[in-house]
Amino acid sequence: MPDRRTFPLGWDAANDLDKDPGLVPDPAEVDVPEELRVAILAAMARYPDSRSATLPALASAQKVHGWCSPLALHQTAAVMQVTPAYLSSVATFYDMLRTEPIGDRYLFVCTSVACHLRDAKAVYEAIAQEARDQGLEGVDVREFECLGACDMAPMASVDGRYVGPLAQSDARELVSAVKEKRQVLPGRGLEDPGFRLPWSTSDA
Amino acid sequence: MPETKVLTANLHEPDLHTIAVYERLGGYASARKAVLDMAPEEVLEQLEASGLRGRGGAGFSMGKKASFIPKGTMDKYLCCNADESEPGTFKDRLLMQKNPHQLVEGCIIGSIAAGANKAFIFIRGEYEIQAKILDAAVEEARVKGYLGEGIFGSKFDLDLVVHRGQGAYICGEESALLDGLEGKRGNPRLKPPFPANQGLYQGPTLINNVETLCNTPAIIEKGADWFQSMGVDKSTGTKLVSVSGNVQRPGNYEIELGTSVREIVYGLAGGPPEGREVKGFFPGGSSAPVLTADSLDLPYTFESMAEAGSMLGSGAIIVIDDSQPIVPLALRLAEFYRHESCGKCVPCREGTNWTVKTLERIEEGEATPMDLEIMADVQENIIGNCLCVLGDSMAMPIGSMIKHFRAEFEEHIEGARADKDREAVAAFGAGELAADDEAGPA
Repeated sequence: MPDRRTFPLGWDAANDLDKDPGLVPDPAEVDVPEELRVAILAAMARYPDSRSATLPALASAQKVHGWCSPLALHQTAAVMQVTPAYLSSVATFYDMLRTEPIGDRYLFVCTSVACHLRDAKAVYEAIAQEARDQGLEGVDVREFECLGACDMAPMASVDGRYVGPLAQSDARELVSAVKEKRQVLPGRGLEDPGFRLPWSTSDA
Repeated sequence: MPETKVLTANLHEPDLHTIAVYERLGGYASARKAVLDMAPEEVLEQLEASGLRGRGGAGFSMGKKASFIPKGTMDKYLCCNADESEPGTFKDRLLMQKNPHQLVEGCIIGSIAAGANKAFIFIRGEYEIQAKILDAAVEEARVKGYLGEGIFGSKFDLDLVVHRGQGAYICGEESALLDGLEGKRGNPRLKPPFPANQGLYQGPTLINNVETLCNTPAIIEKGADWFQSMGVDKSTGTKLVSVSGNVQRPGNYEIELGTSVREIVYGLAGGPPEGREVKGFFPGGSSAPVLTADSLDLPYTFESMAEAGSMLGSGAIIVIDDSQPIVPLALRLAEFYRHESCGKCVPCREGTNWTVKTLERIEEGEATPMDLEIMADVQENIIGNCLCVLGDSMAMPIGSMIKHFRAEFEEHIEGARADKDREAVAAFGAGELAADDEAGPA
């Protein structure tokens, strides 16, 4: 049987066994961008236990660096005073934390059960094809598990802005708008003023 | 029976997300009453007497759960589970986006009942807009003195933090949610100890779903009897039902528990598209065993869904119409759970993986009827054998699909295999086959 799973690039790259394990970085030796340091410290102050700030801290680091790069983890570890390995273990667990440099923006197309019933796979494939055709770069385009908007299925999340219901014919305009950093499908976003579903009689 | 709007009564009001509008409509009066005029025991009593059951999936009595929190001076916590990731469910999104203060008020009341001084709302990372709206609402409430030190001028302190997840279905499981909140990988914990005894930071923790907490202000305002008067038997109150899939008007509809499923699917959501029939439906999110059209006339309550062999779960009805083949749907479902399995327990990690592989074999014409038996067997070996119910959440619906649609599975297996054989013959070429025949032994 063919191997259907694709592994991330470099997944089998040998570890450097001669290298010492990463320790908690010395804050005096690590240069951390000021905005990142402030964001992480603010998050740490919100919780009774500062480790609870791991997720918000990694999200901030990802915002600054575009992905959870080794450098981003090192800087976060220096501010939080934990090991980079600990942060890496957390970053690899969560879907929204990127551990590869795919892009600093995202376009998630929901293809989960409720969207599947409304032909979401075809919509995703149309969008993915458009993205290749138009040479969309710097955007993490992928199928995503249920985004919690099955009423507007099939739908997509463009950097957190939910748009739908989508048809295959929307793919071209959607991808061009993402590429040109315009608002995607104005009026069809969940929080757009007066947004309503085509069959709905009220705004809710 | 039309909709009965309690939670969603004011959603049409413009700018309901601001504290000014929310208070003009009577908001925060219940929290004020619970803090200033009622003893914590009275709040707890009202919640318990109302019969309010958890709206996140398990359907456990909210008041009873709160009463399990030990008394004492240790730090206690309230966690609101806003990690709504169950496929088909989008009710909490609506509540948080349109009426965030109702949830903040619910958190205050829940904290009073649990004696908690720290509250957290764990919201899934994908809900970026909703998290911003909640953050703003919490800030407004803090400025007004409804959160922070000495809320409403009392001696009771309450901090509320909105904690954003980063995309993991498993964090909707209560103990995994706690790990996510503690800054770890979201792996479920061994229970007992239950979170009520040892939860967040090892302290007693009350965990409730968004919709559950949103119900509490009205219960405090109008009393447990009023809440009891809605619904039937042990399923009291109203329920926000997310209807999705093959219906004409997908959306959130608030109904009194006990309304028939047919009423919801056909009356409110418009039924399946023109010319189509309901083939089956998930009555409570994708984790609930599938029921067939025969169950459409059942009342939508916790009890009747359980009796029918499924569950009310998160209150998300996903309708499947008769144009949908069952195998691709089962595959999509299994892929979801494979992806979201945290990998801690073997039956779930391996079981979801092998279920996907078997379903792929069926799709590709490589399976035999025996594979169906093996797959059914795998499902049975997942159920009840893991720390949490993620594996069960795949095993139960897949098991129910095999039970209800066995003939279709078998047909699909044979059909796909016949297709594959035909393709192989075509690819091989008729000429070569003929040549083989000639070369063979006479």
